[in-house]
Amino acid sequence: MHAVAGLDLNVYEGDVFGFLGPNGAGKSTTIRMLMTLIFPTAGEIKLFGKDIYKERKYILSRVGAIVEKPDFYGYLSAYKNLEILARTSGYPVTKKRIMEILEMVGLDKRYKSKVKTFSHGMKQRLGIAQALIHDPQLIILDEPTTGLDPQGMKEIRELVISLSKDHKKTIFLSSHILYEVEMIANRMVIINKGQTVIEGSVNELLDATEARVNIEVDDPQKAVQLIGETNFNGKIDSVTGNTVILFAHKSDIAPINKKLVENGLAVSSIVPTRSLEEYFLNLTEKVE
Amino acid sequence: MTGLVGIELYKIFRKWRTYIGFITIAVIVLVIEISMLIEGENYLRFLTRNLSSIFVFEGNFLNGYVMSYLVMGALAIHIPFLITLVSGDLLAGEATAGTYRMLITRPITRMQLLTAKVIAATIYTNLMVAFLGFISLGLGVVLFGTGELIVIKDVLFIFSQDDILWRFFIAYGIASLSMMVVTSMAFFFSSLVENAIGPIVSTMAVIIVFYILSNINVELLQSLKPYMFTTYMQSWNIVFTDPVEMSELWNAVLVQSIHIVFFLGLTFYLFRKKDITS
Repeated sequence: MHAVAGLDLNVYEGDVFGFLGPNGAGKSTTIRMLMTLIFPTAGEIKLFGKDIYKERKYILSRVGAIVEKPDFYGYLSAYKNLEILARTSGYPVTKKRIMEILEMVGLDKRYKSKVKTFSHGMKQRLGIAQALIHDPQLIILDEPTTGLDPQGMKEIRELVISLSKDHKKTIFLSSHILYEVEMIANRMVIINKGQTVIEGSVNELLDATEARVNIEVDDPQKAVQLIGETNFNGKIDSVTGNTVILFAHKSDIAPINKKLVENGLAVSSIVPTRSLEEYFLNLTEKVE
Repeated sequence: MTGLVGIELYKIFRKWRTYIGFITIAVIVLVIEISMLIEGENYLRFLTRNLSSIFVFEGNFLNGYVMSYLVMGALAIHIPFLITLVSGDLLAGEATAGTYRMLITRPITRMQLLTAKVIAATIYTNLMVAFLGFISLGLGVVLFGTGELIVIKDVLFIFSQDDILWRFFIAYGIASLSMMVVTSMAFFFSSLVENAIGPIVSTMAVIIVFYILSNINVELLQSLKPYMFTTYMQSWNIVFTDPVEMSELWNAVLVQSIHIVFFLGLTFYLFRKKDITS
């Protein structure tokens, strides 16, 4: 049994590419192989169209990565860690460049602090900084929000979006938090047992499936009746308090809302809690 | 490569454990030499007790050169243990800290990384031996002055002042080579594991076991003795004979060099395709 076999990923320049899969799907193994930390038992790995083992130096000079959790020399400052890693890369780093990167990740005021005093969230941000320090085209982030509190997760996600939009970096984001990929990525792949389950545009893939929709109204029983009169293709799941829970395609939501409002119901909220997890589980179950 | 070596040296000398060896050597040399300053005459009488009925000793025989020679003899066995603290940590320490991942994903080859670490370890090892020479000889000359060097082996050698320094120079060079065997072995063990304690303990264990084996008077073990690196840990002492046994000296250099090439070669070979899972 192979951890990864015949995996072909199409990441285009400018993409924020979500790399999804359950634990043990082969995400970290793939990233470790891409970064030459481990070796495949057979076959070849190509990045930028070149063989990673034949053109390692060329390829890695264009890639920055966090592989699993970022670890640093705890006895050195954030600044010194970045300087060491940049110089190891052969990148002609300047103090200005290091401070710019630290400012980008919000650590410029702690540049003198030893990394051993940093929180997990700060280390993650410094991890992104070290991935950026040699100005690569492609940033590979292996579950960058793991272990962070909600605020930390939000900050990292905003940083990733900024890297893509403001700094024109191509992002390869590994995650098992599907909501995260939905928020950040424009394209995604789901893998399981080392093989591609599905790949494509996030919107297209998700729009083609039903989402769980919570509709809060003043008269839920009447709402159920009115929704039944529309042509929507989904199904009503349950009614809890003033909330009607149903499964519907994105295209069904506007007509349902129109119907309810036109019939005098007060619609407080319509929340499509798209369960990418359910989508994902359906797909992986099909493969299994 | 110079930049990479500089980075490795910077990392080595920013760790406290690096200074343990230097501090230990300084303290031991200081204690030995001050003790000898107080009770040295008695010690010298003890050393020359069998000869005093034959020879009449005159002059400053308890001098800086004698002190440095005695210190070197006392510490040559123990310095390897201090050296492993750093050389055993060079690769395994990166694995323990998780920084392997950061280093190996940089656009440099594993061979470049290893070479930089080996050069840094060589510099550290030589600095340690040079520090021992500098402090034992320097402090010895300051406290005891200069004079002739008496070396008592199977025969008595008395080296005049103008015949001493070059011997020390070569002796420290040979001692550095012996320590490099230890460094290369610790480096090899360090490449195999992900915890720095393992290589340190393993290297010490190998040295102790080899010392014990080479001292057991069994024919098989004695026949292996010429191939054991521990046999040559005191080979620096060869230059303190007159004339210097050059064949013995070259043999020591050759056997130790083969050990260094073997350990480093094996490390490079295995590390080339080592999966980094830490």
